[in-house]
Amino acid sequence: MPKRTDIQSVLVIGSGPIVIGQAAEFDYSGTQACRVLKAEGLRVVLVNSNPATIMTDPEIADATYVEPITPEFVEKIIAKERPDALLPTLGGQTALNTAISLHENGVLEKYGVELIGANVAAIRKGEDRDEFKEVVEAVRAKTGHGESARSYICHSMDDVLKGVEELGGYPVVVRPSFTMGGAGSGFAHDEEELRRIAGQGLALSPTTEVLLEESILGWKEYELELMRDKHDNVVVVCSIENFDPMGVHTGDSITVAPAMTLTDREYQILRDIGIAVIREVGVDTGGCNIQFAVNPADGRVIVIEMNPRVSRSSALASKATGFPIAKIAAKLAVGYTLDEIPNDITQETPASFEPTLDYVVVKAPRFAFEKFPGADSTLTTTMKSVGEAMAIGRNFTEAFQKALRSLEKTGSQFTFTGDPGDKDELLRECVRPTDGRINTVMQAIRAGATPEEIFEHTRIDPWFVDQLFLIKEIADELAEAPELTPELLAEAKRHGFSDQQIAGIRGLREDVVREVRHALGIRPVYKTVDTCAAEFAARTPYFYSSYDEETEVAPREKPAVIILGSGPNRIGQGIEFDYSCVHASFALSDAGYETVMVNCNPETVSTDYDTSDRLYFEPLTLEDVLEIVHAEQQAGPVAGVIVQLGGQTPLGLSQALKDNGVPIVGTPPEAIHAAEDRGAFGRVLKEAGLPAPKHGTATTFAEAKAIADEIGYPVLVRPSYVLGGRGMEIVYDEARLETYIAESTEISPSRPVLVDRFLDDAIEIDVDALYDGHELYLGGVMEHIEEAGIHSGDSACALPPITLGGFDIKRLRASTEAIARGVGVRGLINIQFAMAGDILYVLEANPRASRTVPFTSKATAVPLAKAAARISLGATIAELRAEGLLPARGDGGELPLDAPISVKEAVLPWSRFRDIHGRGVDTVLGPEMRSTGEVMGIDSVFGTAYAKSQAGAYGPLPTKGRAFISVANRDKRSMIFPARELVAHGFELLATSGTAEVLKRNGINATVVRKHSEGPGPGGERTIVQLIHDGEVDLIVNTPYGTGGRLDGYDIRTAAVARSVPCLTTVQALAAAVQGIDALNRGEVSVRSLQEHAERLIAARD
Amino acid sequence: MTTSTRGAASHRHTAPAVLVLEDGRMFRGRAYGAVGVTFGEAVFSTGMTGYQETLTDPSYHRQVVVMTAPHIGNTGVNDEDMESRKIWVSGYVVRDPARVPSSWRSRRTLDDELRAQGVVGICGIDTRALTRHLRERGAMRVGIFSGEALPDAGTMLAEVRQVPEMKGADLSAEVSTTEPYVVPALGEKKYTVAAVDLGIKGMTPHRMAERGIEVHVLPATASTEDVYAVNPDGVFFSNGPGDPATADHAVALMRAVLERGTPLFGICFGNQILGRALGFGTYKLKYGHRGINQPVQDRTTGKVEVTAHNHGFAVDAPLDKVSETPYGRAEVSHVCLNDNVVEGLRLLDKPAFSVQYHPEAAAGPHDAAYLFDRFVNLMEGQRA
Repeated sequence: MPKRTDIQSVLVIGSGPIVIGQAAEFDYSGTQACRVLKAEGLRVVLVNSNPATIMTDPEIADATYVEPITPEFVEKIIAKERPDALLPTLGGQTALNTAISLHENGVLEKYGVELIGANVAAIRKGEDRDEFKEVVEAVRAKTGHGESARSYICHSMDDVLKGVEELGGYPVVVRPSFTMGGAGSGFAHDEEELRRIAGQGLALSPTTEVLLEESILGWKEYELELMRDKHDNVVVVCSIENFDPMGVHTGDSITVAPAMTLTDREYQILRDIGIAVIREVGVDTGGCNIQFAVNPADGRVIVIEMNPRVSRSSALASKATGFPIAKIAAKLAVGYTLDEIPNDITQETPASFEPTLDYVVVKAPRFAFEKFPGADSTLTTTMKSVGEAMAIGRNFTEAFQKALRSLEKTGSQFTFTGDPGDKDELLRECVRPTDGRINTVMQAIRAGATPEEIFEHTRIDPWFVDQLFLIKEIADELAEAPELTPELLAEAKRHGFSDQQIAGIRGLREDVVREVRHALGIRPVYKTVDTCAAEFAARTPYFYSSYDEETEVAPREKPAVIILGSGPNRIGQGIEFDYSCVHASFALSDAGYETVMVNCNPETVSTDYDTSDRLYFEPLTLEDVLEIVHAEQQAGPVAGVIVQLGGQTPLGLSQALKDNGVPIVGTPPEAIHAAEDRGAFGRVLKEAGLPAPKHGTATTFAEAKAIADEIGYPVLVRPSYVLGGRGMEIVYDEARLETYIAESTEISPSRPVLVDRFLDDAIEIDVDALYDGHELYLGGVMEHIEEAGIHSGDSACALPPITLGGFDIKRLRASTEAIARGVGVRGLINIQFAMAGDILYVLEANPRASRTVPFTSKATAVPLAKAAARISLGATIAELRAEGLLPARGDGGELPLDAPISVKEAVLPWSRFRDIHGRGVDTVLGPEMRSTGEVMGIDSVFGTAYAKSQAGAYGPLPTKGRAFISVANRDKRSMIFPARELVAHGFELLATSGTAEVLKRNGINATVVRKHSEGPGPGGERTIVQLIHDGEVDLIVNTPYGTGGRLDGYDIRTAAVARSVPCLTTVQALAAAVQGIDALNRGEVSVRSLQEHAERLIAARD
Repeated sequence: MTTSTRGAASHRHTAPAVLVLEDGRMFRGRAYGAVGVTFGEAVFSTGMTGYQETLTDPSYHRQVVVMTAPHIGNTGVNDEDMESRKIWVSGYVVRDPARVPSSWRSRRTLDDELRAQGVVGICGIDTRALTRHLRERGAMRVGIFSGEALPDAGTMLAEVRQVPEMKGADLSAEVSTTEPYVVPALGEKKYTVAAVDLGIKGMTPHRMAERGIEVHVLPATASTEDVYAVNPDGVFFSNGPGDPATADHAVALMRAVLERGTPLFGICFGNQILGRALGFGTYKLKYGHRGINQPVQDRTTGKVEVTAHNHGFAVDAPLDKVSETPYGRAEVSHVCLNDNVVEGLRLLDKPAFSVQYHPEAAAGPHDAAYLFDRFVNLMEGQRA
């Protein structure tokens, strides 16, 4: 049965900004789906507010709307584009929820849009706790297996308290309905915890519904990924076993594919249940993910939940098996059946089979608790990780140790030196699942714990525990062996030990171990992920390394370019860098190179086997990269390695790669050093005659005080050699400077603290530019909305800059060119400037693709990363202009006056984190980056663009209602005009006494409300925090003084997060929001596709 | 549950072992299971679960099985999942054997079981390289030699080349029961089936018993009289090892059943016997189908089943037309979508059908269990 002929156009909804629980995997699936649908000859209309995605590249869809994913905006797009169908299953929970809203409010019916890939009834059955329970009961009646955890549905706190009694007491699990990534769920051990978790859950759930469940903590946890076509053919694509037993969200667990500890009988029971579930729920076409808990004592199976859509796990399963779930889901949605779709990898066998693996896949989560010092680091059923790494090996130990080193985090690899500590103490620590618990477990083993003790304290399956003992035993042998024999070295490599680990154990240098290993001829081979365990020949070079016998890397003739990706997503290094790597791959392939991608992040487009000519799914460490370079040099000519597009990860390897004789193309390592080293960079600036803020370095408080006294407070302090603004702080007085120096553990004579003059009230400016050695192409100039001092990654910004004039741009261009030349850039450079009192200061320069490259590229309709890749390989800007990759004349600094305004807004993960008392974490922005993702708002004027960015990031700005204002003294002047505007738009103002006084004196009436610290009034008057909790405040403006904040501000802001009320923490954001509210109130906000924007921009340029 | 009673230490410390293929390729590893020498036909199995069922499947008699899944033995050995009375594989090739099993049903380690049953194995070799070799060159004779003192390469190769080939091997008698036995119906008995044991797996009579069938399992040497002595409602021909071209007795027996028009069902070897009984040829596949993920299409419904396979031979019958046979019209009912190999036959004028794969599914998915219902329907239809 071939594809349907009654559908000519499809609307695909993306997943919006990267947030915890919904990340780059949906770019991967959405991109696959859009490509498939387009190849099928359908007109593809796409909406996604996230500019840092490949799917929003203008060539992926026919009409790409970078607009907020809200029912209101999607309706506008439907009205304009009139698609025949809507495919909602590839954009995560965001897309699914939006589609349901559009169904419920009648928009789909009104415009005759058919939901494909999932129907509303199936979505409800899968996601509604009550309905799903019925599904499981029906499945049990049919298959004789599977049941739900005993549970109780609640719509109020009274229900919740009654539910605990019904279930027989604590602990219980609380799960809110219809939230993504398990948001708001958790374990309650007593009534206090229950009230807190369930209260939050009821608020978070769009249907004010939570489920209480019996505790199945410590059970074995499994997932199956299934696909079904319209002929009711069902296949299980992958089984996944969680290393961490029940109790830790699967997104936060170490997971393993395929399942390792099930007999065939037990596995087939899960398979039978899974198939019966997908049928009973009624997912007609497409994929779904089902989670199971298995009692390790007797095999009792509980069906935990199912997602009737493509999920994080299905992205992982696709990468783990080579079976492209999203691509196939899209084909099934338009009418194909599984047997009609060829298996991409073998090209000869059909997709209606179940992949079989002859390797082991391990996924490990990457956390960012260091960014949220107050947050409780215990892992629960609410997902908290910000990224993940996947590794493939020919056995578990190899894959596992590769995954741990792929995390690229200090201490993520096992260490076997030093005193492990006290066994009992370590065992006690093992009970609580945390980031890095696995390392504690290993230390407990080193300290003499038995397998039984480890199982008792962690409930990690005995087979996995034995694998840890195996690793430890090999480490012992390495330590005890009189010499490193070839047999022992080979065995250690077979179990995933890195040269670095072996070096640590033997007290050698890493490069010495490598030399010995190479001299002995012990090198990895590369095997293929082929879906079929070598039963059929694979046509797709998707490789992983293993210390085995036979390599499968085929010889080639064209010169290869090796692109190093960015590894696991983390705060400060996310999908934006993957975007640049993917673009490089496309551009270099077009230019006639063989492209070779190296990365270990399963969520990304770069690790799709379709993206590059060859894919190496490998850790991004020096050792692993050197081996790949060697393998590729054996296979044919290698033109070079690109390190400047994947963020700090590959950049950090560049010098060592070069020292090992690897050709680095683009900006040379020496130039990278010139930009990163303060002394060298200072010389570059001096030669170019450019000012930087006054600064100095100190290793003691006395030295720091002397510097601060000279340059004046406030000062910006930070440890040297850190990334993403880690530990950076604005210090307003001497007392805080003293405590900062005292508290900072990173400061030592060899690692001084940097003290910079903080430019108060400066405008911060970001520039992305290309330089080829002769000519500069200014990619774009972004003006930050927040003042300097907020990390650029967390700050909203506008492009073109909204308040800078032609003269400023000229100065920026000249300074950028001077720095690019002085540093020696060949490719991209990002520079941060601060304009204060008409002086343009240089804050820092990064000679690499920046986080803003995708945003700049989309806002100006110029593919900067593609151009950078070409420049790296020797093309000049003049050639690229002639070729048409860059505009024939002009650049991103001189956009036409009627060019659209693009606003980037950061999205922050506040709602994910609680402190150990269960309270929210403070939401104040600072110099340390904490956002996980971003959105883009694009429109003809700034106000509307800003309003769109807010709608995309946090939900629509209110256009009327009550606004609460409480600002720090220094902000009081700048608050008056925006406050007056709010009143003019009909807002009622609430303010604390101090702020209300200032407003009153300026003729603006505001109702005084009680501070949180004052408590309720004598007549029961509520405090501002209570008002927010009661849903009576629509907009909050609260600017903090200094960092740490005063308690009142903290409580206000955490209440805002809990109730999802827009909360502005800078006066600049307030001013922008007022413009946005003004635009919204003036009426029609329209939607326009990127393709239309580009057309107008190109027309205006000519 | 079995919490780690520490098993053998790393297999790195067991005796050296070598796997020698008849074309001269060798893989050096370590002994696994019993130490000694063994020979057979090298074949690979791609199932990720079900090693216990695979090892005890009589169809693997005289074969050295290479497991493509690297970790084997993780769930140990239990007392329920055996498909016959013993392990039949003549040798076992595994990359990473488990040291400690983990399953609430596990009774002992696989390593111990292999040793107890004298099965010689090898571990720690590049099983993927070996699989690719067999895929490209075809299944071939192999030897595993383990122990502290191994013969030189030339001697080992010469020994491997003296082993009889699978083509032309008549093995049913070696695996079949010698005495008839009865598997009683579970619940109410509705039918009696005579099952000819050419290497039958335990799950097959069990699947019939679940449907109210009393199964009389008869030796491969059973005569037509023996079959009809049990007064069967239907006759079943099982799976089994060897070359169907040698199975003259079974073919003759099946023809007798077809003559009488008794409902007939065959699995695997039984499918090849039906093919030959109808006058089709059989041939040896290059490297066979062995795994539990094979897509088979039921040509009458168009539906795809994910099925368990273990066959090195196949029936040569036309896919595109109905064939005339001495027993009326016959058609190919099922095909494997990977390579269009015949996976099922059906008579249109008599109550007889067979499949090349394993609907009893041990190990494997349960998608094809409906075929046992089809057999029941044939018997029901015959009664009416």
